[in-house]
Amino acid sequence: MAEKKLDVLTSDSYAGPGDAGRTGAWRVLRPVIDYEKCTPARKGKAACYFCWLYCPDSVVSKTIKPEIDLEYCKGCGICAEECPTKAITMTPESSFADEDTD
Amino acid sequence: MKEQKTTALNLTDEEFVFPGNRACAGCGLSSLYRIGLKAIGRDAILVVPPSCLTVMQGLYPIASTQLSVLNVTFASAASAASGVRAALKAKKNDHTRVVAWAGDGGTADIGIQALSGAIERGEDFLYICYDNEAYMNTGVQRSGTTPRGTVTANTAIHGKQQQSKDLPRIIAAHSPAYVASCSAAYPTDFHDKIRKALGMKGLKYIHIHTPCPTGWGIEDRLTVRLGRLAVETGLYVLYEIEDGEMKLSSPSAKLLTKKKLSPVSEYLAPQARFKSLPEEAVEALQQEVDAKWETYRSQMT
Amino acid sequence: MFVFESGNVAAATGVKLSRAQVIAAYPITPQTPLTEKLSVFVDAGELDAEYVAVESEHSALAVCIGATSTGARAFTATSANGLLYMSEQVHWTAGARLPMVMCVVNRGVGAPWSVWNDHQDSISQRDAGWIQIYAKDHQEIIDTVIKAYRLTEEVCIPVMVCYDGYYLSHTYMPFEVPEQEQVDAFLPPYEYRHQLGPENPTSLNTVTLPGRRPDLDGNLAPGYMEIRRCLHTELRQAIEVYERVDSEFKAMFGRGGSPIAERYLCDDAEYVAVALGSMSNQIKDAVDELREEGIRAGLLGLSLYRPFPSEFIASELSGRKGVVVFEKALSPGNTGALFGDTRAALYECSSRPFLRNYILGLGGKSYKTSDFCGAIRESVEAGSEPCDHPGWIGLNR
Repeated sequence: MAEKKLDVLTSDSYAGPGDAGRTGAWRVLRPVIDYEKCTPARKGKAACYFCWLYCPDSVVSKTIKPEIDLEYCKGCGICAEECPTKAITMTPESSFADEDTD
Repeated sequence: MKEQKTTALNLTDEEFVFPGNRACAGCGLSSLYRIGLKAIGRDAILVVPPSCLTVMQGLYPIASTQLSVLNVTFASAASAASGVRAALKAKKNDHTRVVAWAGDGGTADIGIQALSGAIERGEDFLYICYDNEAYMNTGVQRSGTTPRGTVTANTAIHGKQQQSKDLPRIIAAHSPAYVASCSAAYPTDFHDKIRKALGMKGLKYIHIHTPCPTGWGIEDRLTVRLGRLAVETGLYVLYEIEDGEMKLSSPSAKLLTKKKLSPVSEYLAPQARFKSLPEEAVEALQQEVDAKWETYRSQMT
Repeated sequence: MFVFESGNVAAATGVKLSRAQVIAAYPITPQTPLTEKLSVFVDAGELDAEYVAVESEHSALAVCIGATSTGARAFTATSANGLLYMSEQVHWTAGARLPMVMCVVNRGVGAPWSVWNDHQDSISQRDAGWIQIYAKDHQEIIDTVIKAYRLTEEVCIPVMVCYDGYYLSHTYMPFEVPEQEQVDAFLPPYEYRHQLGPENPTSLNTVTLPGRRPDLDGNLAPGYMEIRRCLHTELRQAIEVYERVDSEFKAMFGRGGSPIAERYLCDDAEYVAVALGSMSNQIKDAVDELREEGIRAGLLGLSLYRPFPSEFIASELSGRKGVVVFEKALSPGNTGALFGDTRAALYECSSRPFLRNYILGLGGKSYKTSDFCGAIRESVEAGSEPCDHPGWIGLNR
């Protein structure tokens, strides 16, 4: 009798975003960047990037105009707290209620 | 050759952990884990015992970390890491890095035996203990590193009555290859210490102070600020120990020549977990910190 | 090549021939000479392995878990309280489907403290999901270690090779040591399906929900229960695999052929004794004696205990007049462990023998061939008269 092939099921996971789903839905406050105050945006060159450095969730892009991935940003506010020029304001998520969401 | 100091500008923008994971908003560990992995790189195997990081890894079948991770039982991070290293040696692989990431509970309490044995055997891996000062993953119960007076889920009325373990010094007494202390408020310091450690053979131990908004009772946005205050008040000290010599890292070394450090009350006040700390306890803590810095000044200046 | 050596050395030699790459060692009586011999092999350059002198048994198995997950062939050994101390890891290794071999040098568990032989240690771990094979003599020890590596790496289920402390570990017997080249041909190098490393990054043994959850491609991954059920069904399938491995071993080395149990005078036996481990050999003497008295006795010297070979037991024992289960372990407050398993296997048989159970040898309590004879005679006389299970041999000696 031929031996059956074994499945050997184990809980081995592979990496991808959104294990906890769309963590942007956790937000009560949304970070809004004022690019007139934001140093790299203002200077037009790489500079500062404290928001990118301290973000626990790697949702800030290290670009001349740093951008925040709202799909996953949890709204913790560390970027706003640490920004040396106070360019980021934590704004109630409810004020964006009219926005189109996916 | 002295390596270039890492800054926000020159630090790689390559990410090694995906967003949308289960870490709390504002998690101090999440912040340092992300930076730490940039220093470790992809040629690595991580070992993770039960802790907040286990939850951050994700629920099967999706993982947040882009590296290979071995999830293990609570007491065994250091011994599992020893096994990983032994296998790599047996396969003549001397380049893949082995890094254990464990919490304060998994290091100071249930995991201390395995770690102690691993150092004594001269095992070759990096052990990072992230210290949020309680068993946060299971709901904020007191651990060996919980500071005296802290309100936790099982010291809810009177606060923890006992002192905390000075874990890095306990580890240093084993004479491992390297001991360092880092903080979520100084991520590039952490990055560079990892780089330095990974260039050495033997057991390297890095203790990181990772403020926890959930367990400490602070606003999410204050994680880094509180971490900085912990250092500026002299309560938490950043240093390295090599060949028995302790060297303060620059955010703490600066304090040697400061006339007066920020008062500890400034650090304690925003934290709900210290709400029931009586005046005398705060004063006692201040005196303890002042005495510690007197000793540092007399030894290091 | 024939040698005259101890059971512990037989085990160590089996590990050496199997080219174990990572050995975790924590001393515990009566296992110590096994791990000491392995350290000599390694230091003398006879075995190219990493020898990790861990600080506890829990760590010993942790080292093996780390090592096998990273793609190295691992080994450890323990006894009694050491096995109990690593119990969490025993369950973990099986659930993680990690191939490895562990020798358990059977010893009674505390409390009270005992250093002497019984089977309570490994029996207490029978529900952890490991394969358990009990060796009866030194030849079986060395051969089973080698077969165990082949088996574990095929089915991805860890294997416990158990043998009696002192009775086997410390006594000397002649046995044949297989040639290294032949073992190499029989046992290919270890390859783990989910090798940890940068090539194909995986997170092993993550938290698993009760329900199924889609993976990154949208396919439903199994939940915890599906994964545990898989261990169960594949443990059952391992019996067939072990039979094949054993017949391949026999073809190459000339020994084997009864992987599940040794049958002694079973063909026409009306009363069959069932036992695990080295006492089987002694029971053969009892069987011979009883045959001279006209009692048609036989012995089923069971080797494979987990997965419990229910089908084999049922087909072997149904239709007999009586079955007497001798064992050195019990489920306290209930009956002997092997007795319970045997009785369950026979429950649905249309022709059920009467069953008797005797506990002996706990904490190394001495036993004699006449004890086995007496127990079987007593059982034959009582027949299917109801009685309180288990009976006890050697009390107040």
